[in-house]
Amino acid sequence: MIPGAALILLCQLAGEAVAHATGLPLPGPVLGMILLLALLLLNDASPRPVGDAFLAPAADGLLGNLSLLFIPAGVGVVGRLDVLQANGVGLAVALVASTLIGLVATALTFAAVARLLHQEAEA
Amino acid sequence: MSDADFGLWVYLSRTPLLWLTVTLLAYLTADRISAALGRHPLANTVLMAVALAAGLLAVTGTPYRTYFEGAQFVHFLIGPATVALALPLYRSRRTVWRAIVPMAAALVVGAMAAMLSALLIARAFGIPGPVLAALAPKSVTAGVAMGIAEGLGGDPALAAVLVLLTGAIGAVTVTPLMNALGLRDMRARGFAAGLAAHGIGTARAFHVNPVAGTFAGIALALNALFSAILAPIVLRALL
Repeated sequence: MIPGAALILLCQLAGEAVAHATGLPLPGPVLGMILLLALLLLNDASPRPVGDAFLAPAADGLLGNLSLLFIPAGVGVVGRLDVLQANGVGLAVALVASTLIGLVATALTFAAVARLLHQEAEA
Repeated sequence: MSDADFGLWVYLSRTPLLWLTVTLLAYLTADRISAALGRHPLANTVLMAVALAAGLLAVTGTPYRTYFEGAQFVHFLIGPATVALALPLYRSRRTVWRAIVPMAAALVVGAMAAMLSALLIARAFGIPGPVLAALAPKSVTAGVAMGIAEGLGGDPALAAVLVLLTGAIGAVTVTPLMNALGLRDMRARGFAAGLAAHGIGTARAFHVNPVAGTFAGIALALNALFSAILAPIVLRALL
Protein backbone atom coordinates (compact mmCIF):
# COMPACT_ATOMS: atom_id res chain seq x y z
CA MET A 1 0.00 0.00 0.00
CA ILE A 2 2.87 2.41 0.81
CA PRO A 3 4.43 2.56 -2.72
CA GLY A 4 1.01 3.42 -4.19
CA ALA A 5 0.33 6.03 -1.48
CA ALA A 6 3.77 7.55 -2.05
CA LEU A 7 3.17 7.85 -5.81
CA ILE A 8 -0.25 9.45 -5.21
CA LEU A 9 1.21 11.97 -2.75
CA LEU A 10 4.12 12.70 -5.12
CA CYS A 11 1.66 13.47 -7.93
CA GLN A 12 -0.39 15.71 -5.63
CA LEU A 13 2.76 17.48 -4.42
CA ALA A 14 3.85 18.12 -8.01
CA GLY A 15 0.32 19.31 -8.86
CA GLU A 16 0.24 21.73 -5.90
CA ALA A 17 3.69 23.05 -6.81
CA VAL A 18 2.69 23.66 -10.45
CA ALA A 19 -0.66 25.24 -9.48
CA HIS A 20 1.05 27.55 -6.98
CA ALA A 21 3.96 28.49 -9.24
CA THR A 22 1.92 29.16 -12.39
CA GLY A 23 -1.31 30.50 -10.88
CA LEU A 24 -3.36 28.11 -13.04
CA PRO A 25 -7.08 28.03 -12.13
CA LEU A 26 -6.87 24.22 -11.61
CA PRO A 27 -6.64 22.85 -8.04
CA GLY A 28 -3.40 20.98 -7.26
CA PRO A 29 -5.08 17.56 -6.80
CA VAL A 30 -6.69 17.82 -10.27
CA LEU A 31 -3.27 18.52 -11.82
CA GLY A 32 -1.99 15.57 -9.78
CA MET A 33 -4.72 13.36 -11.27
CA ILE A 34 -3.71 14.40 -14.82
CA LEU A 35 -0.06 13.69 -13.97
CA LEU A 36 -0.86 10.23 -12.57
CA LEU A 37 -2.98 9.39 -15.63
CA ALA A 38 -0.14 10.53 -17.90
CA LEU A 39 2.34 8.34 -15.95
CA LEU A 40 0.05 5.31 -16.28
CA LEU A 41 -0.32 5.85 -20.05
CA LEU A 42 3.44 6.44 -20.50
CA ASN A 43 4.11 3.25 -18.55
CA ASP A 44 1.91 1.38 -21.07
CA ALA A 45 3.98 2.73 -23.95
CA SER A 46 7.31 1.86 -22.31
CA PRO A 47 9.14 -1.34 -23.40
CA ARG A 48 8.97 -2.79 -19.87
CA PRO A 49 5.71 -1.63 -18.22
CA VAL A 50 5.65 -2.12 -14.41
CA GLY A 51 1.89 -2.67 -14.16
CA ASP A 52 -0.56 -0.75 -11.99
CA ALA A 53 -1.06 -3.44 -9.31
CA PHE A 54 1.07 -1.60 -6.73
CA LEU A 55 -1.21 1.44 -7.03
CA ALA A 56 -4.47 -0.46 -6.49
CA PRO A 57 -4.47 -0.99 -2.66
CA ALA A 58 -4.02 2.71 -1.89
CA ALA A 59 -6.19 4.06 -4.73
CA ASP A 60 -9.06 1.60 -4.33
CA GLY A 61 -8.96 1.99 -0.54
CA LEU A 62 -9.42 5.74 -0.88
CA LEU A 63 -12.05 5.57 -3.63
CA GLY A 64 -13.99 2.78 -1.91
CA ASN A 65 -14.57 5.00 1.13
CA LEU A 66 -15.09 8.36 -0.58
CA SER A 67 -18.15 9.09 1.59
CA LEU A 68 -16.01 9.03 4.76
CA LEU A 69 -13.74 11.81 3.50
CA PHE A 70 -16.57 14.35 3.22
CA ILE A 71 -17.85 13.99 6.78
CA PRO A 72 -15.51 16.55 8.45
CA ALA A 73 -16.44 19.23 5.89
CA GLY A 74 -20.10 18.28 6.14
CA VAL A 75 -20.10 18.69 9.92
CA GLY A 76 -19.05 22.29 9.21
CA VAL A 77 -22.60 22.83 7.91
CA VAL A 78 -23.72 23.46 11.46
CA GLY A 79 -21.83 26.74 11.35
CA ARG A 80 -23.32 27.62 7.94
CA LEU A 81 -27.00 27.16 8.77
CA ASP A 82 -27.45 30.95 8.87
CA VAL A 83 -26.26 31.30 5.24
CA LEU A 84 -28.54 28.44 4.13
CA GLN A 85 -31.51 29.94 5.98
CA ALA A 86 -30.92 33.47 4.67
CA ASN A 87 -30.83 32.22 1.05
CA GLY A 88 -33.01 29.14 1.51
CA VAL A 89 -35.66 29.49 -1.22
CA GLY A 90 -33.28 30.78 -3.90
CA LEU A 91 -30.71 28.05 -3.21
CA ALA A 92 -33.38 25.31 -3.15
CA VAL A 93 -34.87 26.39 -6.50
CA ALA A 94 -31.39 26.85 -8.04
CA LEU A 95 -30.17 23.43 -6.85
CA VAL A 96 -33.22 21.42 -7.93
CA ALA A 97 -33.72 23.17 -11.30
CA SER A 98 -30.04 23.20 -12.28
CA THR A 99 -29.58 19.52 -11.36
CA LEU A 100 -32.55 18.50 -13.52
CA ILE A 101 -31.36 20.78 -16.36
CA GLY A 102 -27.83 19.37 -16.08
CA LEU A 103 -29.06 15.75 -16.17
CA VAL A 104 -31.32 16.30 -19.20
CA ALA A 105 -28.80 18.42 -21.17
CA THR A 106 -25.99 15.90 -20.60
CA ALA A 107 -27.97 12.76 -21.42
CA LEU A 108 -29.69 14.21 -24.52
CA THR A 109 -26.40 15.61 -25.91
CA PHE A 110 -24.63 12.29 -25.40
CA ALA A 111 -27.45 10.32 -27.08
CA ALA A 112 -27.82 12.77 -29.99
CA VAL A 113 -24.08 12.84 -30.82
CA ALA A 114 -23.80 9.05 -30.49
CA ARG A 115 -26.72 8.67 -32.93
CA LEU A 116 -25.15 11.14 -35.40
CA LEU A 117 -21.89 9.15 -35.35
CA HIS A 118 -23.75 5.82 -35.49
CA GLN A 119 -22.19 4.86 -32.14
CA GLU A 120 -25.38 3.68 -30.51
CA ALA A 121 -25.13 1.32 -27.55
CA GLU A 122 -25.03 -2.36 -28.55
CA ALA A 123 -27.88 -3.44 -26.29
CA MET B 1 -20.74 12.89 36.27
CA SER B 2 -18.11 12.66 39.07
CA ASP B 3 -15.11 14.98 39.13
CA ALA B 4 -12.79 12.18 38.02
CA ASP B 5 -15.07 11.30 35.06
CA PHE B 6 -15.33 14.94 34.14
CA GLY B 7 -11.55 15.34 34.28
CA LEU B 8 -11.14 12.39 31.92
CA TRP B 9 -13.73 13.87 29.53
CA VAL B 10 -12.00 17.27 29.57
CA TYR B 11 -8.73 15.53 28.75
CA LEU B 12 -10.06 13.25 25.98
CA SER B 13 -12.40 15.79 24.37
CA ARG B 14 -9.39 17.94 23.52
CA THR B 15 -7.33 15.20 21.88
CA PRO B 16 -7.52 14.62 18.10
CA LEU B 17 -7.93 10.90 18.85
CA LEU B 18 -11.47 11.21 20.19
CA TRP B 19 -12.91 13.16 17.24
CA LEU B 20 -11.08 11.09 14.64
CA THR B 21 -12.61 7.98 16.24
CA VAL B 22 -16.05 9.63 16.33
CA THR B 23 -15.79 10.44 12.60
CA LEU B 24 -14.94 6.81 11.70
CA LEU B 25 -17.68 5.40 13.94
CA ALA B 26 -20.28 7.85 12.53
CA TYR B 27 -19.30 6.70 9.03
CA LEU B 28 -19.53 2.99 9.91
CA THR B 29 -22.92 3.48 11.60
CA ALA B 30 -24.32 5.49 8.68
CA ASP B 31 -22.97 2.95 6.17
CA ARG B 32 -24.73 0.11 8.07
CA ILE B 33 -28.02 2.04 8.12
CA SER B 34 -27.71 2.79 4.39
CA ALA B 35 -27.05 -0.91 3.64
CA ALA B 36 -29.99 -1.98 5.82
CA LEU B 37 -32.27 0.36 3.85
CA GLY B 38 -31.16 -1.21 0.55
CA ARG B 39 -29.00 1.82 -0.39
CA HIS B 40 -32.10 3.92 -0.88
CA PRO B 41 -31.06 7.21 -2.56
CA LEU B 42 -32.57 9.22 0.32
CA ALA B 43 -30.56 7.24 2.92
CA ASN B 44 -27.31 8.98 1.98
CA THR B 45 -24.28 7.83 4.01
CA VAL B 46 -22.60 11.25 4.15
CA LEU B 47 -25.74 13.10 5.24
CA MET B 48 -26.52 10.56 7.99
CA ALA B 49 -22.92 10.46 9.28
CA VAL B 50 -22.78 14.27 9.34
CA ALA B 51 -26.03 14.36 11.33
CA LEU B 52 -24.63 11.85 13.85
CA ALA B 53 -21.31 13.67 14.34
CA ALA B 54 -22.89 17.15 14.38
CA GLY B 55 -25.47 15.93 16.90
CA LEU B 56 -22.71 14.69 19.20
CA LEU B 57 -20.89 18.04 18.92
CA ALA B 58 -24.11 19.88 19.82
CA VAL B 59 -24.89 17.60 22.78
CA THR B 60 -21.35 17.87 24.23
CA GLY B 61 -21.00 21.58 23.41
CA THR B 62 -17.79 20.91 21.47
CA PRO B 63 -16.68 23.71 19.11
CA TYR B 64 -16.18 22.77 15.44
CA ARG B 65 -12.52 23.81 15.64
CA THR B 66 -11.84 21.19 18.34
CA TYR B 67 -13.66 18.56 16.28
CA PHE B 68 -11.72 19.44 13.15
CA GLU B 69 -8.35 19.01 14.90
CA GLY B 70 -9.15 15.30 14.94
CA ALA B 71 -11.18 15.08 11.75
CA GLN B 72 -8.58 16.92 9.66
CA PHE B 73 -6.69 13.64 9.13
CA VAL B 74 -9.70 12.26 7.24
CA HIS B 75 -10.36 15.59 5.51
CA PHE B 76 -6.78 15.68 4.24
CA LEU B 77 -7.36 12.48 2.23
CA ILE B 78 -9.76 14.25 -0.18
CA GLY B 79 -6.74 15.52 -2.14
CA PRO B 80 -5.06 12.10 -2.55
CA ALA B 81 -8.47 10.56 -3.39
CA THR B 82 -8.87 13.09 -6.21
CA VAL B 83 -5.45 12.11 -7.57
CA ALA B 84 -6.43 8.43 -7.25
CA LEU B 85 -9.37 8.98 -9.66
CA ALA B 86 -6.72 8.59 -12.39
CA LEU B 87 -6.72 4.82 -11.79
CA PRO B 88 -10.41 4.07 -12.70
CA LEU B 89 -10.08 6.52 -15.59
CA TYR B 90 -7.00 4.60 -16.79
CA ARG B 91 -8.69 1.22 -16.36
CA SER B 92 -11.66 2.24 -18.53
CA ARG B 93 -9.51 4.07 -21.10
CA ARG B 94 -10.68 1.88 -24.03
CA THR B 95 -14.35 2.45 -23.24
CA VAL B 96 -13.63 6.16 -22.86
CA TRP B 97 -11.78 6.31 -26.15
CA ARG B 98 -14.58 4.57 -28.11
CA ALA B 99 -17.18 7.10 -26.96
CA ILE B 100 -14.85 10.10 -26.78
CA VAL B 101 -16.83 12.41 -29.11
CA PRO B 102 -20.30 11.98 -27.48
CA MET B 103 -18.66 12.31 -24.06
CA ALA B 104 -16.78 15.49 -24.96
CA ALA B 105 -19.95 17.08 -26.37
CA ALA B 106 -22.05 16.01 -23.36
CA LEU B 107 -19.36 17.24 -20.95
CA VAL B 108 -19.24 20.75 -22.43
CA VAL B 109 -23.02 21.15 -22.86
CA GLY B 110 -23.98 19.50 -19.56
CA ALA B 111 -21.40 21.23 -17.35
CA MET B 112 -22.27 24.66 -18.78
CA ALA B 113 -26.02 24.02 -18.52
CA ALA B 114 -25.76 22.91 -14.87
CA MET B 115 -23.47 25.73 -13.75
CA LEU B 116 -25.10 28.57 -15.72
CA SER B 117 -28.66 27.62 -14.75
CA ALA B 118 -27.70 27.39 -11.05
CA LEU B 119 -25.93 30.76 -11.04
CA LEU B 120 -28.57 32.59 -13.10
CA ILE B 121 -31.46 31.31 -10.94
CA ALA B 122 -29.58 32.09 -7.72
CA ARG B 123 -28.70 35.57 -8.96
CA ALA B 124 -32.34 36.20 -9.89
CA PHE B 125 -33.18 35.45 -6.23
CA GLY B 126 -30.65 38.08 -5.17
CA ILE B 127 -28.13 35.66 -3.68
CA PRO B 128 -24.83 37.49 -2.96
CA GLY B 129 -21.54 36.94 -4.82
CA PRO B 130 -19.61 34.93 -2.20
CA VAL B 131 -22.50 32.43 -1.98
CA LEU B 132 -22.57 32.23 -5.82
CA ALA B 133 -18.84 31.36 -5.71
CA ALA B 134 -19.65 28.43 -3.42
CA LEU B 135 -22.58 27.41 -5.66
CA ALA B 136 -20.69 27.41 -9.00
CA PRO B 137 -18.92 24.03 -8.51
CA LYS B 138 -22.00 22.28 -7.03
CA SER B 139 -21.95 19.41 -9.57
CA VAL B 140 -18.25 18.66 -8.96
CA THR B 141 -17.01 16.01 -6.51
CA ALA B 142 -16.74 17.63 -3.07
CA GLY B 143 -12.95 17.67 -2.68
CA VAL B 144 -12.40 19.48 -5.96
CA ALA B 145 -15.50 21.69 -5.50
CA MET B 146 -14.10 22.95 -2.19
CA GLY B 147 -10.82 23.83 -3.91
CA ILE B 148 -12.64 25.62 -6.74
CA ALA B 149 -14.89 27.58 -4.34
CA GLU B 150 -11.91 28.63 -2.22
CA GLY B 151 -10.07 29.85 -5.32
CA LEU B 152 -13.12 31.96 -6.29
CA GLY B 153 -13.44 33.56 -2.84
CA GLY B 154 -16.31 31.32 -1.71
CA ASP B 155 -16.65 29.32 1.50
CA PRO B 156 -15.35 25.73 1.01
CA ALA B 157 -17.59 24.30 3.75
CA LEU B 158 -20.69 25.89 2.19
CA ALA B 159 -19.58 24.52 -1.21
CA ALA B 160 -19.38 21.04 0.33
CA VAL B 161 -22.94 21.37 1.66
CA LEU B 162 -24.30 22.51 -1.73
CA VAL B 163 -22.40 19.64 -3.42
CA LEU B 164 -23.95 17.09 -1.04
CA LEU B 165 -27.46 18.47 -1.61
CA THR B 166 -26.95 18.45 -5.41
CA GLY B 167 -25.77 14.84 -5.27
CA ALA B 168 -28.81 13.80 -3.25
CA ILE B 169 -31.22 15.59 -5.63
CA GLY B 170 -29.54 14.02 -8.69
CA ALA B 171 -29.45 10.50 -7.23
CA VAL B 172 -33.15 10.63 -6.34
CA THR B 173 -34.36 12.08 -9.69
CA VAL B 174 -32.08 10.54 -12.35
CA THR B 175 -33.89 7.22 -12.91
CA PRO B 176 -37.49 8.57 -13.16
CA LEU B 177 -36.25 11.52 -15.26
CA MET B 178 -34.42 9.32 -17.80
CA ASN B 179 -37.41 6.96 -18.00
CA ALA B 180 -39.69 9.92 -18.69
CA LEU B 181 -37.36 11.00 -21.53
CA GLY B 182 -37.45 7.45 -22.93
CA LEU B 183 -33.65 7.34 -22.90
CA ARG B 184 -32.38 3.73 -22.83
CA ASP B 185 -28.66 4.23 -23.62
CA MET B 186 -27.04 3.30 -20.26
CA ARG B 187 -23.86 5.16 -21.26
CA ALA B 188 -25.79 8.43 -21.64
CA ARG B 189 -27.80 7.88 -18.44
CA GLY B 190 -24.70 7.08 -16.38
CA PHE B 191 -22.66 9.93 -17.84
CA ALA B 192 -25.44 12.37 -16.93
CA ALA B 193 -25.63 11.04 -13.35
CA GLY B 194 -21.86 11.39 -12.81
CA LEU B 195 -21.68 14.81 -14.44
CA ALA B 196 -24.63 16.45 -12.67
CA ALA B 197 -24.44 14.56 -9.34
CA HIS B 198 -20.73 13.52 -8.97
CA GLY B 199 -19.94 10.67 -6.52
CA ILE B 200 -23.44 10.33 -5.11
CA GLY B 201 -24.86 10.07 -8.66
CA THR B 202 -22.07 7.62 -9.56
CA ALA B 203 -22.91 5.38 -6.61
CA ARG B 204 -26.55 5.44 -7.75
CA ALA B 205 -25.57 4.62 -11.36
CA PHE B 206 -23.52 1.57 -10.26
CA HIS B 207 -26.59 0.42 -8.35
CA VAL B 208 -28.70 0.53 -11.55
CA ASN B 209 -26.27 -0.85 -14.16
CA PRO B 210 -22.47 -1.51 -14.38
CA VAL B 211 -22.13 0.29 -17.74
CA ALA B 212 -23.97 3.31 -16.34
CA GLY B 213 -21.67 3.24 -13.29
CA THR B 214 -18.48 3.19 -15.38
CA PHE B 215 -19.62 6.14 -17.49
CA ALA B 216 -20.73 8.00 -14.35
CA GLY B 217 -17.23 7.59 -12.89
CA ILE B 218 -15.68 8.93 -16.09
CA ALA B 219 -18.06 11.92 -16.13
CA LEU B 220 -17.23 12.65 -12.48
CA ALA B 221 -13.48 12.80 -13.25
CA LEU B 222 -13.89 14.78 -16.50
CA ASN B 223 -16.25 17.30 -14.90
CA ALA B 224 -13.86 17.86 -11.99
CA LEU B 225 -11.29 18.93 -14.58
CA PHE B 226 -13.60 20.89 -16.86
CA SER B 227 -15.49 22.76 -14.13
CA ALA B 228 -12.23 23.80 -12.47
CA ILE B 229 -11.42 25.66 -15.71
CA LEU B 230 -15.01 26.76 -16.44
CA ALA B 231 -16.05 28.12 -13.02
CA PRO B 232 -13.66 31.12 -12.83
CA ILE B 233 -14.58 32.16 -16.40
CA VAL B 234 -18.35 31.86 -15.90
CA LEU B 235 -18.32 33.58 -12.51
CA ARG B 236 -16.23 36.48 -13.81
CA ALA B 237 -18.66 36.91 -16.72
CA LEU B 238 -21.71 36.91 -14.41
CA LEU B 239 -20.53 39.11 -11.55
